Amino acid sequence: MNILVCISSVPDTTSPINFTNNNQSFDKNGITFIINPYDEFCLTKAIFIKESQSATITVLNVGNNTNDSVLRKALAIGADNAVRINQESVNSEIVAECIVEYCQDKNFDIIFCGRESIDYNGGKVPGFIAEKLNLPFINGCVGMNIKNEVIELKREIDNGHEVCESSFPALIAGQKGLVEEKDLRIPSMRGIMSARTKSLEVIEPTATLENRIKIIHYDKPIQRSECKMINEDNVEELVDLLNNEAKVI
Amino acid sequence: MSVLAIIENWEGEFKKTSFETLHYGKKISNEIGEELIALTFGANNPESLEGHGASKIINISNIKFETATNNTLSKISAEFISKNEASHIIMSNTITGKTIAPLLTSNLNCGLLSNAIEHPTNNSPLTVKCKGFSSKAHITYESQKQQNIISILPNSIGLSEKNNEKSEVVNIDREINMLDEKVKILHRQKANEKISLADAEIVISAGRGLKDPKNWSMVEELAEILNAGTACSKPVSDMGWRPHSEHVGQTGLAINPDLYIAIGISGAIQHLAGVNGSKNIVVINTDPEAPFFKAANYGIVGDAFVVVPKLITALQNFKN
Repeated sequence: MNILVCISSVPDTTSPINFTNNNQSFDKNGITFIINPYDEFCLTKAIFIKESQSATITVLNVGNNTNDSVLRKALAIGADNAVRINQESVNSEIVAECIVEYCQDKNFDIIFCGRESIDYNGGKVPGFIAEKLNLPFINGCVGMNIKNEVIELKREIDNGHEVCESSFPALIAGQKGLVEEKDLRIPSMRGIMSARTKSLEVIEPTATLENRIKIIHYDKPIQRSECKMINEDNVEELVDLLNNEAKVI
Repeated sequence: MSVLAIIENWEGEFKKTSFETLHYGKKISNEIGEELIALTFGANNPESLEGHGASKIINISNIKFETATNNTLSKISAEFISKNEASHIIMSNTITGKTIAPLLTSNLNCGLLSNAIEHPTNNSPLTVKCKGFSSKAHITYESQKQQNIISILPNSIGLSEKNNEKSEVVNIDREINMLDEKVKILHRQKANEKISLADAEIVISAGRGLKDPKNWSMVEELAEILNAGTACSKPVSDMGWRPHSEHVGQTGLAINPDLYIAIGISGAIQHLAGVNGSKNIVVINTDPEAPFFKAANYGIVGDAFVVVPKLITALQNFKN
């Protein structure tokens, strides 16, 4: 089994989100970058597959060399080799095009992507890749089971879930449920040491990349006004505020 | 040229997001002076979309959102988008929308602006403000493409009044080539809740503070009175007290209802990431220092087992 896990490097959940350059750039000062949590569920699932049958896991990132640390972490957790496409990830379209180009001649049986990245929340990359490579696309995947020639999958749908069957190769956009949070692995000392000897290949994109979407500026939502505290013996006041002030009931 | 809105329905019935999608498309259609076409699948009553701005309503009657694969929905949509030379394609960013939109974008080689939270500030080049950083920031994008898909964050735009204008309603069947299908749907199961979380205008959510899954009956009772959806925090879904589909937060579902009532949830940053798009937040917690109060509009410090029953009574009196 030849497995690719696409990894995005994102600001840690608890990072302050600020912008510079007249609100045109994301402020990376003091930010810790981590493996996108949705991608980490996928990586862990890939490791489970490797442990139950033989598999090779490649992790792939599109970005500059500051992203090498998340790839090293993925290697320390259990990926076999890492690839970074040396291209600024300016938007989802360019990231997807780089991944598509890389995958053309690699014969991956499964391509995993997180359902979305926790920074830009676009959720575009997995679908773009699936359509371009003409692969079955299982979005929002919360469970999978390999059965010989097919994969049985469970995915979230609006107000419920779906169980489906896909042929190989397939593109799976995963999330929590594929594995549980408690299953996520912390790199062991041995893992960290062995990651140093594993391959981290850096390749240049050769496709002509079209910059379809530009970011004009960022802004932050208006802060909520101070919380109005209501006495627990006076819940009628809350009902009144929700009716007359917030106008939501 | 046209504006084409892909209108979802659930078991053939339209929901609020269906009309929100039309409303969004109508404004663009007025601005650019092109007609608005509604495309839907398996609608029980496509005429009920009339009076919301579409000059034409196309219903693919033999295909249903519930049973079709995303590939089928995307391929047929692409066909109608091309036939009608749509420059602006509007969808709702539901799970179905999130899945079809990138497939369509790649197929049509157009632009995609997902999680739109406002009407475009410019239609050419298309400029739209979208949600990002788990609602901690907004990002304004400009597309370099002439043809674009905009997928709207559900419940972020609102609705317009229905008018008396009639539309041309076309019901047609489409052949599906099953050989093209690499995914076979085995079965689908609806979640227990009566109201889809993404569609709910009011959401009642509870956390570990409720101590036992048996205590959810009061949450459900409160939801029943307010016609609300029910949600929960991550620990609650991790412990199996409530299904995963109810988990809202960083790694669960992100929602933005008009009203979010959090009971016994402290408000960790990961939880806030899924709910801070809510227009109004009420927090009920025993701990006055709970961080959630800093992100709320209204707060009650008190024991959920005392406050919630009182709130149920007060709301029953209000509704009567």
